[in-house]
Amino acid sequence: MLFLQQLVNGLNAGSVYALIALGYTMVYGIAKMLNFAHGDVIMVGAYTVSVAMTTMALPPYLSVILSMLICALLGVVVEKIAYKPLRGSSPLTVLITAIGVSYFLQNVALLIFGSNMRKVESVVNLPTVNIGSITLTGESIATFVSTIIIMICLTLFIKFTKTGKAMLAVSEDKGAAQLMGINVNKTISITFAIGSALAAVAGVLYVSSYGFVGPYTGSLPGIRAFVAAVLGGIGSIPGAMLGGILLGIIESMSKAYISTQLSDAIVFGVLIVVLLVKPSGLLGKKRNEKV
Amino acid sequence: MKFSKVLACALAAVTTASMLAACGNGDEGDTTKGTTTNNDLGSSANVEETAGTYLIGGIGPLTGENASYGISVQNGCQIAIDEINAAGGINGYKLELIFEDDVADEEKAIAAYNRLMDEGITALVGAVTSGSSIAVGQESVNDGILQITPSGSAAKCTEGFNAFRICFTDPLQGQTMARYISEQGITKVAILYNNADEYSSGITEAFIAEAETLGIEIVANETFSTDDVDFKTQLTTIKATDAECLFLPVYYDKAALITEQAVTVGLELPYFGCDGWDGIIKQLNGDTSNIEGATFLTPFVATSEKENVKAFVSAYEEAYGSTPDQFAADGYDAIYAIKAAIEVCDGDVTNENLVAAMTEITVNGVTGDMTFTAEGEPNKSAMVAVIENGEYVAK
Repeated sequence: MLFLQQLVNGLNAGSVYALIALGYTMVYGIAKMLNFAHGDVIMVGAYTVSVAMTTMALPPYLSVILSMLICALLGVVVEKIAYKPLRGSSPLTVLITAIGVSYFLQNVALLIFGSNMRKVESVVNLPTVNIGSITLTGESIATFVSTIIIMICLTLFIKFTKTGKAMLAVSEDKGAAQLMGINVNKTISITFAIGSALAAVAGVLYVSSYGFVGPYTGSLPGIRAFVAAVLGGIGSIPGAMLGGILLGIIESMSKAYISTQLSDAIVFGVLIVVLLVKPSGLLGKKRNEKV
Repeated sequence: MKFSKVLACALAAVTTASMLAACGNGDEGDTTKGTTTNNDLGSSANVEETAGTYLIGGIGPLTGENASYGISVQNGCQIAIDEINAAGGINGYKLELIFEDDVADEEKAIAAYNRLMDEGITALVGAVTSGSSIAVGQESVNDGILQITPSGSAAKCTEGFNAFRICFTDPLQGQTMARYISEQGITKVAILYNNADEYSSGITEAFIAEAETLGIEIVANETFSTDDVDFKTQLTTIKATDAECLFLPVYYDKAALITEQAVTVGLELPYFGCDGWDGIIKQLNGDTSNIEGATFLTPFVATSEKENVKAFVSAYEEAYGSTPDQFAADGYDAIYAIKAAIEVCDGDVTNENLVAAMTEITVNGVTGDMTFTAEGEPNKSAMVAVIENGEYVAK
C-alpha cells in the first residue's frame, strides 16, 4: 500500500513536469531554441490567475482563460522583441538571451508582487478520492488528465491542421518552408503563443497543487521539465510526457526507498545513462547531420 | 589622458582640503567629547557633514528571494534610530543609518561593506543572512570595526573578535527544542529538514545529538533541498512510522508547504519548529487550521504584553503598516546594543573601545534582556510560541 501511495506521489509530481515539458519541447521542436524563460511564463500565468481570482474576483474558468491569453501574448511579444532579431545568429546567443528574459520576468514579478510567496486558491474543484489508504487529490487528477488531453490535442494539431503542418515544415527547414509560401514569422509566433498558453495551464495547475506562487516559482520546475524533455527526447511530444512521468516516479521512489539526500543524484544519474545509451533521448528522433 | 590627469589633481586637492577640514572639526568637537571613527579610512570627504553624527552601516538583502528579511531589519533599525534621535541622540550625537543591499550574496555583501567603510561608518549592523555575515566578518576582522549581525545564526558568524550577534545560534535552538520536546513526554520524533541549508542542518545536527542523550528516538530523518516544493514522498514515509511528533527546522515558506501537504497525505502529528517559522501565519493568509497548536522557538512575539515590545510594535505599525517580525526586532536590538556600547566608550569612540564595551553592556531589548560574551554570543532566554486561533501566543 505504501508502495502504491509513493507511486501516486511520483505520478503526481511527474505529471506536473510532463505538462511543463510539453511546452518546452514544442517550442524547441519547432523553433529549434531552448526557451529557458518558459518556467517564468509559468510563474506569470500563476500570478495572473491569482490576481484574476482575488483582486478581480473572476470565476476560476474565466481566470484560467485570461491567464492563457495573457501568457500567449507575453510569449509572442517576447519572441518578437528578444528572439526574432537573433534568428540566424548562433544558438548560444539565443540561449543567453532566453536566460536574460528569464531574469527579467523574475525581477518584474519581484517589483510588482514583492519577494513573499503569495497564497493561491486552487482553481480545481474536484473532491479528494480515497481508494483504500491511497489518497488522490482533485488537483493531481486534474493535472494528470489535462496533461494527457493536451498531449493528444497537440499531436493531432501538429499532424492534421494546416498550421500544424506549417510548423513541422518550419522545423525541418526554414528557408525551404518560406519558398513554399509558408509565413515563417507567423508560424513561429503561433508556436510561441501555444507554448506559452500551455505554460499558463501548467502554472495554474502547479500552484493549485502547491498553493503558493513567488517570483522564482517557475525556475526549478522549468529546469526539471527541461530535464524531463531531454530524457524523453527533446522535440518529441509523447517523449516529454514519458520523460516527465518517469522523472517524477524515479524521484519519488529514490526518495522513498533509497535516500532523500541522494534522490537528485539518482535522477540526474539516470539522465546521464540514458543520454549515453541513446543520445537523442528515449523517444527522440535520430537526425543524421548532413555533411 | 589629459582629462584623467586633471581629475586626479582635483581629487587630490579635494582630499587634502577635507583632511584639513577634518582636523579642524575634531578640535571643535571637543565640546561634545567625541569624534567619529574611521576618519583615516578615506572617509574624510564626508566628515564635514557627519560631525555630530554616528553613521551606522547596515547590510542585508533588500531585493531577491530573501528581501523580506533585509527589509524587516532595515525598518527595525530605522525605528530604533528615530527613537534615539528623538530622545536627543547619544551625548548630543545623532545616529544615521546607511543600509546597503547585498541580495543575500556574499560577494555583493563584501562590496557593500567596502562602500560603507568608505562612508566612514562607526559600527555595522549586518549582514542579515549567515553566508554574507561570515564573508563580511572575514573582512571586518582586519579593520576591527564593531560588527553585530542581527540574524546570522550560523556558528561561524561570530568568529572574529569584533563580531557579535543578537539572535540565537542554530545549535542552541536544536538543543533547546530537543529538551522542550522531551519535557512534553514525547519519545519518538520524525524530522524533515533542508539538508542544503546551513541553518536547517545546523539545528538538526544539534537536535539529534541532544535527543540521543535525552533518550528520544528519531524514527524518521528525511531531507529535502532548498528548491523543492513537493514533500509528499517524505511525508508518506513519515506517516508509515510510529512518530509522535514532526520536527520541522525549516523556514516558514517551507513549513507552510509541508503542513499543507501533510493534510493531503493524511499525516496528523503535532508540529515543532524553529525561529524560521515566524511569519507562517501571514504566509497562510491567517488560515492556521492545519497548524493549530504548532510550537516553535522564537526570540520575539509581537503580541507580547511587555511595555518595550508594545511600544516597538505600535511605532513599527505606524511607520510601515505591518506587524514587525523577529528580524525587525533583531535589527532594533542591534541598534540599541550599539548605542549602549557607544555610551560605555564615554566620548572616546574607537573601534577597540566599542568592541571591548560589548561585553560590559546589558540591553533590555524587544527580543529579551541580553548580555554578550567575549565570543560574541548573546546570553538570553529562548521563548516558546504556540499557534492558537490564528495568533502566536508566547508560552
